Amino acid sequence: MTNAILEERKDQIHRTGQGDIDIACNRESLAGAVSQRACVFCGSRVVLYPIADALHLVHGPIGCAVYTWDIRGALSSGPELHRQSFSTDLQEVDVIFGGEKKLEAALDELIDRHSPKAAFVYSTCIVGIIGDDLEAVCRQMSEKKGIPVLPVMSEGFKGSKREGYLAACTAMFKLVGTEDVSDVSPVSVNILGDFNLAGEIWIIREYFRRMGVEVVANITGDGRVRDVGRSHGAALNLVQCSGATLDLAKMMEEKYGKPFIRVSYLGIEDMADSLYQVADFFKDIDPNIVKRTEELVKEELSKLMPEVARYRKDLEGKKVAMYVGGSFKAFSLLKAFRHLGMKVVMVGSQTGTKEDYAELERISDPGTILVDDANPLELSAFIKEKDVDLFVGGVKERPIAYKLGVGFCDHNHERKEALEGFEGMLNFAREVHSSVMSPVWSFVPRRANKINTIEKEAGNE
Amino acid sequence: MSKVKNKVERPNFVSTTNACKLCTPLGAAMAFRGVEGSIPFLHGSQGCATYMRRYVISHFREPVDIASSALGEKAAVYGGGANLKKGILNVMKKYEPEMIGVATTCLTETIGDDVPMILHEFHKEFGDLKLPKIVRVSTASYNGTHTDGWHGAVCSMVEQLCTEKAEADGSVNILPNMISCEDVRELKDICDHFGVKSTILPDISETLDGPALEDYVKIPSGGTPIADIKNMSAASGTIEFGRCLGPRTGGVALEKNFAVKNHRIGIPMGLRETDVLFDTLEDITGTPTPRRYELERGRLIDAYVDGHKYVFGKRAVVYGEEDLVTGLCAFLSEIGVDVILAGTGARGRGMAESIAAVTDGVASKMPIIREGVDFQDIADEAGELKPDLMIGHSKGYKYAKAWNIPLIRVGFPIHDRFGGQRILHLGYGGALSMFDKIVNAVLEKKQTDSDIGYGYL
Repeated sequence: MTNAILEERKDQIHRTGQGDIDIACNRESLAGAVSQRACVFCGSRVVLYPIADALHLVHGPIGCAVYTWDIRGALSSGPELHRQSFSTDLQEVDVIFGGEKKLEAALDELIDRHSPKAAFVYSTCIVGIIGDDLEAVCRQMSEKKGIPVLPVMSEGFKGSKREGYLAACTAMFKLVGTEDVSDVSPVSVNILGDFNLAGEIWIIREYFRRMGVEVVANITGDGRVRDVGRSHGAALNLVQCSGATLDLAKMMEEKYGKPFIRVSYLGIEDMADSLYQVADFFKDIDPNIVKRTEELVKEELSKLMPEVARYRKDLEGKKVAMYVGGSFKAFSLLKAFRHLGMKVVMVGSQTGTKEDYAELERISDPGTILVDDANPLELSAFIKEKDVDLFVGGVKERPIAYKLGVGFCDHNHERKEALEGFEGMLNFAREVHSSVMSPVWSFVPRRANKINTIEKEAGNE
Repeated sequence: MSKVKNKVERPNFVSTTNACKLCTPLGAAMAFRGVEGSIPFLHGSQGCATYMRRYVISHFREPVDIASSALGEKAAVYGGGANLKKGILNVMKKYEPEMIGVATTCLTETIGDDVPMILHEFHKEFGDLKLPKIVRVSTASYNGTHTDGWHGAVCSMVEQLCTEKAEADGSVNILPNMISCEDVRELKDICDHFGVKSTILPDISETLDGPALEDYVKIPSGGTPIADIKNMSAASGTIEFGRCLGPRTGGVALEKNFAVKNHRIGIPMGLRETDVLFDTLEDITGTPTPRRYELERGRLIDAYVDGHKYVFGKRAVVYGEEDLVTGLCAFLSEIGVDVILAGTGARGRGMAESIAAVTDGVASKMPIIREGVDFQDIADEAGELKPDLMIGHSKGYKYAKAWNIPLIRVGFPIHDRFGGQRILHLGYGGALSMFDKIVNAVLEKKQTDSDIGYGYL
């Protein structure tokens, strides 16, 4: 089992209950380790992608743009410019003579054609190397076109996905404070770190509407440039996910004195707790908000719980492993699985921090494997060791589970099923149930052979 | 005769919107996956390998492990040699591969890493270890498309692995271009029925479409055995598929180095291009085409007759890799479908001439041919041309939906439908299956659009 783990990666793996946790994280992926992790460009692209009325231009050769073309489930209630893939498609001649002229021309053409409210220009590896002055080109185009044209300094090699989050937040922060906020309610929030996958943000916004809370900006799901511009008018920032937009919240705290709280809309407790935290924050200016929130939660739970109980009957005692992008999500998932009677035996993430892993250690059962920045061989070794019934991850992890004959639940940004909120919890339970309970698993070699062995042994007795 | 236009001649269009191509290293990684015991390795930053894995996985629904030298900022400044060596050692430790296929990326090409020299040093430093074969290919992503990466990798494997003249053994080499797993299986069957030993390079039929397993295998079974690649100089001939190939290919290298005659034919799509394949196999083996394929050919013509009225005069937009587009044009011209626009993201390999050659004598007119285009360009022109059908990979869906016409999915990538790896494009069987699909798409469209709802058509 251990031969799946390279010596240099051993300190990125921890088993709970076996001494103090001191997991190494936030370091460069190891060469040749086949990491599941992407790059800085990926991080910034993920965060900014769902701003639907902005132009997203990738300055580089074609690959970076094409591999991020409309693969995500981030929905828009209006414009859908984000679903197109724009690139300067650098050629050899541009690499030799520089790509600034081409970038200018591309912006000129695309801004005229699509009339976006702003443009984000992503820098890729090669742009960092050939040294195009992105900032100068963007500044000049801003003046020429009269819209914000924002450079996103996201050269792939300059760190991991996390640095990409910061690059995205830095670019976005330039928009904050550019719009009038005189009509914003004192009971108002910004939703940060939600990407409106399969319309999830609409579920959450509806909860806030019922609570009497105005949502000023969704950052970035179903996002709009103007909303980001007036987001400094909101009283409170709600930061979801493992810090993809945490940097932005911190910048807004520093410059505009806006407080933030970290929330999660996944699972039952965390969803309810997030709403209660918001209610608590506003209770002095709106004393009835707590009661309204309690009623909302009660109403939703009375619909949800009987359904969950039905699924739980089948799922009780089944084992789960998960490998997610941000580890904050893992906290909520862990609790959500407990509601389904399931036991989480492995948790991994691409971008966890020391604090995140310490929290995971605290809430996990003893013997749970915690892993930072894993790869297919490690993941498959853990799945086998723990003999799990379900694996949670993204597109790259799916075939690893399936090859081993293990159920899989897609919980990354490409999912097209809403899993947030109380409705989402029901979808989640249904999906988990339909995967774990499918009869197909009795035919896969790993299970079939096990069943044969058991039958054979039983026959011998 | 058609005009070939590309962006260079249309300076008012400089940006790319919704590209109709993928990048060079992706093609190389896919080709390296078709060799037994092989693992693709991208020399660049971590993101490239991860993105490409993700992309390839979504089509094949198989684990696709692609290693990376995971260059960080320091390596980008001081050179990636150390990371490349360390990465290879780690891959050796964990995967125990027989071959590592190293492809460069835009980053390492631009910082000027001398990969042959780094690998030479690597062999000197670690010569005491049991080293796998290491094949390298230069794939700057600002040069060409994924097809170029594919052909480059195939050529590199031939040049770097087949280095000695082997004793003639009457076998045939097939370099099949970017085709599906099912297509490779079809080719193997054809060779088996001809009774000829074949080396198909690459062979992705098992490595990218494997069975359910008891254990996670580090490297999937199947693929072209390295011993067979070494032995390609023993063949009686090479058949390489592609009318739009560059001057440097595996077939050319084998002919130049070992006088193995190279037969360059189109991807065998449709009746006439498949006839060329069978004629070539007859030539090389001296064996007549087995009866089962004569029957299959007969059934294909029978189907063409049965279905001709449904499709005659329909107007199709076709897009994708140059050779796939050429093959589709060959096939469509035979069934009376007018290709009104044939587009590719690649350029400069003579697609117009190829299409003219394969449709000669049957097509009612030549399509408008566009090289170096993206979907914005295709849509600008095709929208006015009022097509009835789109034929190509999943990426055209948005446009087919906007025009309310069927999209017949072929080629790569197919990630909005199931079973892309099992689509048969080649041979008489492939033509039959594509014909069925097209006729049925036309019938379905007619039924859906009709108020009457005939249930008997």
